[in-house]
Amino acid sequence: MKYLANVTTLQYSSDKCAGCGRCVEVCPRGVFEMRDRRAMIMDRDLCMECGACARNCDFGALSVNAGVGCAAAIITGLLTGSEPTCGCSDSAAGNCC
Amino acid sequence: MQTVQTLKFIRKEVPPYASGTMGTTTGSVFRISSDWSRADYWGMIKSRIGAFRMNYAVSPGLYAVGEPTKDSDIFVSANYKLSFDILRRELKGFNAWVLVLDTKSINVWCAAGKGTFSTDELISRMSATKLGTVVGHRSIIVPQLGAVGVNAAEVQKRTGFRVFFGPVRAKDIPSYIQAGYTKTKEMSTIRFTMRDRIILTPMEINPAMKKFPWFAVGVLFLFGLQPSGILFKKAWSGGMPFLALGLTAVLAGAFLTPVLLPFVPSRSFAVKGWIIGLLAMSAVMPLFGPSIRGEILLLVASWLFFPAMSSYIALQFTGSTTFTGMSGVKKELKIGIPLYLSLAGISLALLVIYKIKAWSML
Repeated sequence: MKYLANVTTLQYSSDKCAGCGRCVEVCPRGVFEMRDRRAMIMDRDLCMECGACARNCDFGALSVNAGVGCAAAIITGLLTGSEPTCGCSDSAAGNCC
Repeated sequence: MQTVQTLKFIRKEVPPYASGTMGTTTGSVFRISSDWSRADYWGMIKSRIGAFRMNYAVSPGLYAVGEPTKDSDIFVSANYKLSFDILRRELKGFNAWVLVLDTKSINVWCAAGKGTFSTDELISRMSATKLGTVVGHRSIIVPQLGAVGVNAAEVQKRTGFRVFFGPVRAKDIPSYIQAGYTKTKEMSTIRFTMRDRIILTPMEINPAMKKFPWFAVGVLFLFGLQPSGILFKKAWSGGMPFLALGLTAVLAGAFLTPVLLPFVPSRSFAVKGWIIGLLAMSAVMPLFGPSIRGEILLLVASWLFFPAMSSYIALQFTGSTTFTGMSGVKKELKIGIPLYLSLAGISLALLVIYKIKAWSML
């Protein structure tokens, strides 16, 4: 299953890639594959902006505006003017991750 | 004084999922069983349904599975009891260490997103349990979904332990070990089967139904309101079809759309929910008599409002999926919210016009 096309904020500069393979190891959506000892993005639209790749890329080749893809959290964030976070801890959002 | 006594009591008591204690070089830890008791199953069901999940926790720290030695693997987990239970069940027959982080009883993935399953928490828990002296090797297996919060390079820099991100599902741990700590693409990809989706629907239906009484009160008030006061009989006869359509919209958005997710056209959850809402309404509408079908204003209001309600509820499911990102949901909301508000406003206006017309005919 794929979500909306061309919306992800995932950015990759292959010239910085050192070929460690961490992104392939951590991405739960199979966005990356190793080709000629470099990571390659196979399908950007699979990305769900979790941020695991960027956090674990030691060479600064990856960046993504990571966050929760959760309507309740984003609405709450808009209403309170804060960053959207999972509302699991307060009962207001009720449903979450 | 009482607090001290309670703490002592907790420390002494062997938790129900432990089969005893085990001495290590740095003190004793609980040995955990891989078998689930009836209470564990019941806890799983309750945490899938409602707020029980908020405090379903185990104590953070180090645990033993089987007869672990200095060479045994270390698996990291969250202190949400369901995550912990699934891990200990899948480790049946292994000798291993389990390091439970304090994630405020939230599962690994969400906790990593919230920053409680983090590099710092992992490092401080490793040093608090003196992991470096408990084992002789220098590698630690962190669940893959924890990678959102854990920077492997920093852990290695600060502790000397190399982080291996294990499989997404604890179920794949035995094959992961057998394959020499390597993952197939299948093991490192998150799935979202129909079973997964059905399990999640109670947490979609529950919050929607919590708001439903407000909707019901509003509908009954509007239909019951007469020039002479509020008539209960009118409220019921006029409002009942609307309440039934409301329930249909909840069912469509919170249950049918999640379950049928990949089979409903469009990638947008708002559109998916709207389509299913429309179909469900078409199925339910013929059941009602002329009380609603004979009134063009009510009819138009219903067709505008209820599919939109299903669409809005379906959009909430983005919080439970394994593939929706923030940018996409923001895009949907940017278009959706003004649309929902105007549709609700138009429907309400039509209802008011209907009421005024009905009164002036008296």
